Amino acid sequence: MLGMSGIAAGFGILMLALILGYTLAHGIAYLNLDLLTQSAKPAGEIGGGIRNEIIGTFMLVALASLMAIPVGLMAGIFLSDFGNTRVASGVRFAADILAGVPSIVVGVFAYAIVVRPMHAYSALAGGVALAIIMVPVVARTAEESLRLVPNSMREAALALGITRWRAVVGVVIPGALTGIATGVLLSVARVAGETAPLIFTALGSFFGFQGLLQPIGALPLLIYNYALSPYSDQNQQAWAAAFLLVLMILGISILVRWVSRRRHT
Amino acid sequence: MKASAPELTKDHAKGGIPRRHWRIGDRIFSNLTLVFAMAVVGILIGMIIALNIDALPAIRKFGPAFIWSLSWDPVKESFGALPAVYGTLLSSAISLIIAIPISLGAAIFLVELAPAWIRAPGSFLIEMLAAIPSVIIGLWGLFVLVPFVRSPIEQWLGSRLGFLPFFQGPPFGVGFLAAGIILAIMVIPIITAMSRDVMRAVPASQREAMLALGATRWEMIRRAVLPYCRSGLVGAVILGLGRALGETMAVTMVIGNSYALTASLFSPGATIASKIASEFSEATGDVFIGSLVELALVLFAVTLAVNVVARLLVWRMTVVKTTRE
Repeated sequence: MLGMSGIAAGFGILMLALILGYTLAHGIAYLNLDLLTQSAKPAGEIGGGIRNEIIGTFMLVALASLMAIPVGLMAGIFLSDFGNTRVASGVRFAADILAGVPSIVVGVFAYAIVVRPMHAYSALAGGVALAIIMVPVVARTAEESLRLVPNSMREAALALGITRWRAVVGVVIPGALTGIATGVLLSVARVAGETAPLIFTALGSFFGFQGLLQPIGALPLLIYNYALSPYSDQNQQAWAAAFLLVLMILGISILVRWVSRRRHT
Repeated sequence: MKASAPELTKDHAKGGIPRRHWRIGDRIFSNLTLVFAMAVVGILIGMIIALNIDALPAIRKFGPAFIWSLSWDPVKESFGALPAVYGTLLSSAISLIIAIPISLGAAIFLVELAPAWIRAPGSFLIEMLAAIPSVIIGLWGLFVLVPFVRSPIEQWLGSRLGFLPFFQGPPFGVGFLAAGIILAIMVIPIITAMSRDVMRAVPASQREAMLALGATRWEMIRRAVLPYCRSGLVGAVILGLGRALGETMAVTMVIGNSYALTASLFSPGATIASKIASEFSEATGDVFIGSLVELALVLFAVTLAVNVVARLLVWRMTVVKTTRE
């Protein structure tokens, strides 16, 4: 029985190796300069690239971060420094529930509040959907890292005669900056790979960024569409895009690990 | 005097003075953070309201019969959720049957058995699996797993266990079985990480007492560790279930997207999430869109219930941990 548990752990690691290994090995074979620098060609034509989707992913993530980080950070400050217990635990509960909402449902919600009133699929709608996914993650990690700042620092700041909000902004937040950045990066890694909430918000587009109120393409959307395409050239581009996406996301995850471990030791 | 001591320290942390005597800047700032915190609550409430409004045309037209109706016909505008609900439950059930033994085994290994130098990297690698985007697991599933499921897995199951209704029919590759396996791969890291944390919370005294009575390592795990953290483990599994129910992309890519109620695990099907993902952007008309939104509402309600139960169970376990340490 004990040996079985080792096999089980090995199985989990084996699945990771299989998926990662296959994606990386397959993806790098189809990666070339044209792919990174050209825009897409019509289906069936050989060649073309995924430049616009790379830009699109960065735009969407930036847009989402712009909306989610202020909300998440301020909510985190409330939870750690200003919330009385009852309101704070309600907010905490709501954040946990929000984090557990399936991303496709978030997409339907973004469709209802942005796409439907504006009568257009847009980069903005995609950004809103991703931001809603980011907010609870940023809020809870910000709260946790703000709590790790010792109370003596707060008291020392107040004892010097500065006001509470100056103490929070000038002393507590800088003390928790690594932790907050870690949470932000983790949520970026999470939303960069999200596909489901983008299908009917950002919709996808071959033309790159054309304004906030126009549809925009993204790497995950491209992988989804090209994977189901009958053209093997597009299948190959899906693998190459998957390679880039995995590299980016695992890069962030490993960076976060490394930073937070250094902090603890 | 002693009774009021905790009260004193709590006030002290917040500055000792009642909020109404705070400086104006402090009051503005603290109210500003309150507004943003309420925004989090507002998003959740807004979500419930917006989904209900958009689903209204379908709710009005079909009533509760939506849940148990079988049809999905955009031309006649007749929609029902049962095949999608069935597909969601079936694929999640398959995934849990596969994932529970593997995850618990892996967690036992990481907490109780592994030498210290394996623990951190082992946990790290399994957590990395959770970081891979769903669409990439779907891509891998479509090109690598599905052919493998078609043959040998489905052919072997069909020839050995074909007398059971679950394993009849032609081996398509895409279908409930492939979806269940893909979901298992995606929930294994979640259940493993949660149950590892829960098992770590079991006090060493429990283990030592069992070993002192002469138990072997396996008996110690089975009689002392697992019963002690049982509710936490159930919570971990339910948390994994919550993820499996709502998982979209990977499932959409390997389940085959047909809308029928069959016992065979080999046949293509649909889940709530896959139905929304594959049809929403092409849906026209209030009733069609409303039906898809109502599906989203059903999914939201189910995952909400599942997550609340899981949180309560895991939370109880971790509270035990913090009071003991």
